[in-house]
Amino acid sequence: MALGTSKRLTLGPVLFNWPVETWRDFYYRVADEAPVDRVYIGEVVCSKRAPLFRTCLPDVVDRLRNAGKEIVFSTLAEVVSGTDRKCLESVACAGDILIEANDMSALWHLDGNPFIAGPYLNVYNEDTLEFLAGKGAVHVTLPPELPRSAIAALIEKAGELKLTLEVQVHGRMPLALSARCYHARAHGLNRDSCRYVCDRDPDGMLLRTLDGKPFLVINGVQTLSYTCLNLVQEMNALADVGVDAFRISPQSSGTVEAARIFHCCLKGEMTADEALIRLGETEFDAPFANGFHHGAEGHHWRSVATVV
Amino acid sequence: MHRPELVCPAGTPAGLHAAVDAGADAVYCGFQGPTNARNFPGLNFSPREMEQAVTYAHDRGTKVLAAINSFPPAGQMAAWKRAVDDAVRFGMDAVIVADIGVAAYTARMHPDQRLHLSVQAGASSPEAINFYCREFGVRRVVLPRILTVAEIKGIHAQIPCEIEAFIFGNIGMMAEGRCSLSAYATGQSTNMDGVCSPASHVHYLQDEGGNLKSLLGEFTIDCFTCDESAGYPTICKGRYDTEIRTGYYAFEEPVSLNLTPLLPELMRAGVTALKIEGRQRSRAYVAAVVAAFRKAVDACMENRVPDMAGLIALTEGHRETQGAFGGRKWR
Repeated sequence: MALGTSKRLTLGPVLFNWPVETWRDFYYRVADEAPVDRVYIGEVVCSKRAPLFRTCLPDVVDRLRNAGKEIVFSTLAEVVSGTDRKCLESVACAGDILIEANDMSALWHLDGNPFIAGPYLNVYNEDTLEFLAGKGAVHVTLPPELPRSAIAALIEKAGELKLTLEVQVHGRMPLALSARCYHARAHGLNRDSCRYVCDRDPDGMLLRTLDGKPFLVINGVQTLSYTCLNLVQEMNALADVGVDAFRISPQSSGTVEAARIFHCCLKGEMTADEALIRLGETEFDAPFANGFHHGAEGHHWRSVATVV
Repeated sequence: MHRPELVCPAGTPAGLHAAVDAGADAVYCGFQGPTNARNFPGLNFSPREMEQAVTYAHDRGTKVLAAINSFPPAGQMAAWKRAVDDAVRFGMDAVIVADIGVAAYTARMHPDQRLHLSVQAGASSPEAINFYCREFGVRRVVLPRILTVAEIKGIHAQIPCEIEAFIFGNIGMMAEGRCSLSAYATGQSTNMDGVCSPASHVHYLQDEGGNLKSLLGEFTIDCFTCDESAGYPTICKGRYDTEIRTGYYAFEEPVSLNLTPLLPELMRAGVTALKIEGRQRSRAYVAAVVAAFRKAVDACMENRVPDMAGLIALTEGHRETQGAFGGRKWR
């Protein structure tokens, strides 16, 4: 059984372009109701969106802090244009707040200061972990495609280096980034003239195969899985071997409920079997997947026999 | 204007001979197995073949670059480290790396080895490139195919290392080294296993109407009518449906990159090396493309207009693009 109190549940950054009021109210609700220890916040996908919620950011941060949440600022995952670079610099050089670095550009600005390595940084092995620890990494969120076998091998090294590891356990999986905006493309626009059409799809724009099968979702320059990652069956085993934190990635519905369910599981107050049923009943409607974790196709779902 | 190095693909020893004989200044190739990003059956070099290839190329004044540019998963670093050690032992002219751990190992164990940063590292800003240069002594960066010529010029002024840019061949739409789409459909990771859209997971199905569906794993990537020629199912070049648009190339048309018209501009932008994609291509293709670009680069150096008409026929599906290089509207 996991040592419930020492393990942390976290909320990843909102990846989608929600209306600013929706974005703000989501975080207010998280502050009031979601049993997460740490909240990652900031624009990760598109620098053009960053100004949209800047005005209400201080209020949101205050509210979350007052609720006892630890705040981490996440940086942009793909840094190319001048706007991207300015956006990154404004976050990475803020100074007094812990940063989750999602691109190597951030490490240049951080210049040895303590930071968290985000899931977009390509941390696949022990040598990478060791290098990043030497540059100030104190905590690392692993890429979603990393299988259990590699996670197990990383945990030992992380212990030696005195840094902690985090694994995403719920929400759509980030799969790819591009310089091109696929939301704009679908609407016959381009990134410079995008009219922020990504705001029409709060959980991404569904892409179906030509024979109608749901496959991926488009989120501006990002592509995510249609399926919803769900590692509730595997979480306590990961906690037992030493994974420190578990990430819920926000969707437009069911996120606070998912956090409650994962929290109960982590504390040993709910079995994984029951959690699975409850997660299936939340409002967010996408099939579960855990294939990457088991070294299989990422969209696969495997029911794991649980020990009570 | 410096004379740029023409960097050509060599998927096999025979391909390497063809590229060297056709006038390549440098060839790039990988060892068999997952240590490089073109891990296809029948491709790549055994250590013995690599050693012989280096001798063949060096005898003819051609450099050989070792692509060790995938991402070793934890517990499996040994194969990548062995590849780096072999490359150094064989006197290869540069090691092309993407993974931070592999870069750190190479810089630590072989400080005199010339190190290139692979496009798979996805270093797309001056800050990221400067970081790799400072930490690992990277001497050349292979720039992502998502940059415009103007941006390349801007980067050139802000970094201490050489620039290598792709000019011809298959162009992926996603930021290199950061794409799990193929793994999502097949379970084989582009980053860790070095393979995108593995042939073992590709299927073609014909329906009653004679239409041909191409599938990757369980997913239909495209559907071709009788009068269309069927393409290989790569997720970022497939056709899909959304609520607002149906049967369209959601990411990009199946085009191939051809920057011939931009060659002089790229050379003026400070590009040190021009890279041709295609380690999976036949030796005849490699020989033809390399010979054509050899002539083109030499013509540019003499301020003549290069004649590249013959290359058009070699582009994938006879359709070509300048991709992001041409300007921001592509995005």
